[in-house]
Amino acid sequence: MVARTEKLTIAQAITAGLKQAMEKDKDIVIMGEDVGRDGGVFRVTEGLMDRFGEERVIDTPLAESGIVGSAIGMAIGGFRPVVEIQFMDFMYPALNQILAHLVRYRNRSRGRYTLPVVVRMPFGGGIHPPEHHSESLEAPLLHTAGLKVVAPSNPYDAKGLILAALESEDPVIFMEPKRIYRAFKEDVPQERYSVPIGKARVAREGKDVSIITFGAAVRTSLEAAEDLEKKGTGAEVIDLRSLNPLDVDAVLSSVRKTGRAVVVHEAPKLLGIGAEIAAIIQEKALLDLLAPVGRVAGLDVPFPLPLLENHYLPNRSRIVEAALSAVNY
Amino acid sequence: MARKKIFEGFVERLEILDQDGKVDEKEMPPLKDAELVALMESMLKMRLSDQKALNLQRQGRLNTYGSVRGQEACQAGLAAALDRSDWLVPSFREHAIMVAMGVPLRSVYALWKGDERGNIHPEGVNCLPPAIPVGSQLLHANGLGMAFKMKNMKEIAVGFAGDGASSQGDFHEALNFAGVFGSRTLFFIQNNGWAISVPFHKQTKADSVAQKGLAYGVPSMQVDGNDVLAVYKASKEAVDHVRSGKGPFLLECLTYRMENHTTADDHTKYRDKEEVELWAKRDPVDRMRKYLVSRGLWSEEKEKEFAGSVAEWIESEVEALESMEPASVTDVVDFVYSDLPWHLKEEREMLLKEGN
Repeated sequence: MVARTEKLTIAQAITAGLKQAMEKDKDIVIMGEDVGRDGGVFRVTEGLMDRFGEERVIDTPLAESGIVGSAIGMAIGGFRPVVEIQFMDFMYPALNQILAHLVRYRNRSRGRYTLPVVVRMPFGGGIHPPEHHSESLEAPLLHTAGLKVVAPSNPYDAKGLILAALESEDPVIFMEPKRIYRAFKEDVPQERYSVPIGKARVAREGKDVSIITFGAAVRTSLEAAEDLEKKGTGAEVIDLRSLNPLDVDAVLSSVRKTGRAVVVHEAPKLLGIGAEIAAIIQEKALLDLLAPVGRVAGLDVPFPLPLLENHYLPNRSRIVEAALSAVNY
Repeated sequence: MARKKIFEGFVERLEILDQDGKVDEKEMPPLKDAELVALMESMLKMRLSDQKALNLQRQGRLNTYGSVRGQEACQAGLAAALDRSDWLVPSFREHAIMVAMGVPLRSVYALWKGDERGNIHPEGVNCLPPAIPVGSQLLHANGLGMAFKMKNMKEIAVGFAGDGASSQGDFHEALNFAGVFGSRTLFFIQNNGWAISVPFHKQTKADSVAQKGLAYGVPSMQVDGNDVLAVYKASKEAVDHVRSGKGPFLLECLTYRMENHTTADDHTKYRDKEEVELWAKRDPVDRMRKYLVSRGLWSEEKEKEFAGSVAEWIESEVEALESMEPASVTDVVDFVYSDLPWHLKEEREMLLKEGN
C-alpha cells in the first residue's frame, strides 16, 4: 500500500501534527496569545479552536511568564500544554519560568513531577519586521539542563518533530523557522509518524566538507553546497534537527568522512552552538580534522532592523567562503 | 458626557480573638471543643518543630533554615480549613502547613539540610516542592487551579506567597489569569511585614495586599494572621468559595516574622527591638492559650504533656533524618531528564568512577 501524502508548508505541517496529536490525546491543550480565534499570528493554530473548542485552544492574557507558569501548573494537573510564544524574542519575560521551573521540577522532585510542556517559538530573521522579531535565542536554552530543543527545516520534519515533542515526558522547545514557514511545500504523510528527537539528518551528501546547521539556514547551506559543487567541492549538509540532545554521532561520522567542518547558525557567533560543536569535534575527532572548524554565524550585535539585516544573516557566499577556506587550508 | 464611577471596592479584615484571649462571640466559627484544642495543638507542633530546626542549624546539623515562628496561626488555621486532597504550592516558609498536611517532618528537615530527597513526599500528599524565586509559584497554583476546573475535580490549589512577592510581576499575572479563567485557586498571602530587610510600607504604597486582588476581579479579604480563629474562619470562607466553583480568592494574613529571614540573616540590623516586642505581645500561640484556658479546655499540665509527646515525635523524625543512607552519587544527574542524553551519560560515568 502506498502511504497517502499531502503537500504542505512547514506551517501547515505543524498544524497537521498538532491536530493529529490533539485528536488522539485529550489532555493536549494549546495556550498562547492570539492562538484561538486568530489562529496565531502565523496561522499555525488556525482552525484548531473551531475543531477542539475554547477549552483546549486557549487565548491567554498577554503575558509570557503567565502563560508558561500557568502551563507548568496545568502540566502538573495532568495536561500536556503546547505553549506558543509569539516570537522567540518575546521569551524574555518567560525565562524565569522556563529556566527556574520548567526545566527543574523533575529534578527538584526527584522524578515525580515531569513536565511534558512544548513551547513553540518562531525564530530567525529575514521577514523584515520591527525590532524584537528576528532573533535566534537558542544559546541560553541550550545552556540549561532539562530542556530538549528541536528546530525543523522542512515540512516532513516539522510534523514528525511536533508529534515527537508531544510524546516527550520532558519539556521541549520547538523552534520554528519562520522565514521558511511558507517558502515551499513538500509531500508529508497524512498518517501519524514521528521524527525522533536527538537524530540529525544528512540533507545532502558530500565528501570534502561538512556544513552543520539547522532551521532556515539549512536552505541557505544547501544553496551554498550547489555553488561549491560548481567549484568542484563536495559539501555534505547536516541538518541537526535536534539541538539538545545533539546527534554527536551524525556530526562525527560526517566530519570523519570529510575531515572538515563549518557550522552555520543565525545566532551571534560568540558562545553560540557553533562553539560547542567545534569543541565537541576537536575533543572527539581531532586527528580526523584536516582544517580548523569554521563558523558562519550572525554578528555579535542585536539583530538589525530590515534595511541592514542582510549584513547580519549568514548568507550563501559567506558559507561558500568558509567551506573553501577549510578545503584550501 | 458625564464622569461616572466605574469601580468601587472595599476589603474587610476579620478579627475574632484579641491579645487577652477574648473572642468576638458573634464572629466565632462553629468549632467543637476538640477542634479548638486541635488548632492549639497544631500551632504548638509547628512552634516546637521550628525551634528544633533552629537548634539543629546552630549545631551544624541543618544548613540554612528559615523559621516560621510567629506565623503558626496562619498555617494552622488554613490547614484546618483544607481537605487533605487539596494541593499546596508553597514558597520557602510554608513547611509548618506542609507538615500539617502530611509531609513528614523529616522531609522538611532533609530539604533544609540540603538533601533533595526531602522533596519526595508520600503518595497522596499533594504538595509541590517549595519554590525559591519569589512569587513565581503563584502561576503554578493558577495553572493547577485551571486544570482542576477543566477536569471537574473537587480539589483546589493553594498558592502561597508573602508581602514581598506582591511586588513581582508573576503575582499580578497569576491573579489576572486566575480571574480570567476562574481557576480553582486560593492565593494565600502571609504578609509578615518584612521581605528580608524591606518593610511592607516600602514594598508598596497600597494599604494592603488584599486590595490588589480586587483590580483583577478576584474576591479578596484580609485577616488578623495571629488569630487562629479568624484565620480558620476566613480560610473556610475562602476555601468554600473556590471549591464551590466561584473562582479564585485572595486571602491576606497580617502577621509577623518573629525570627531572622533565615539563619543567614541578622534582623537586628534593620528592625527595631520595640517593633519585635510589640508583635511578641500578639503571639498567636499565647492568645489561643489564654482563650482555651479561660474556657477550661487547656492547662499548663495539658500543655506539658502534649509538648512531651511532640518532643518524642520530633526526636524520632530527627533520628530518621540522620539515619538516612547518603544519596547515590548518580542522583546528581539521574532526574534531570526522563531519558538521559549522551552528554549526561558521560557525566554519569565520571561520577560512577569517582564514587561517593
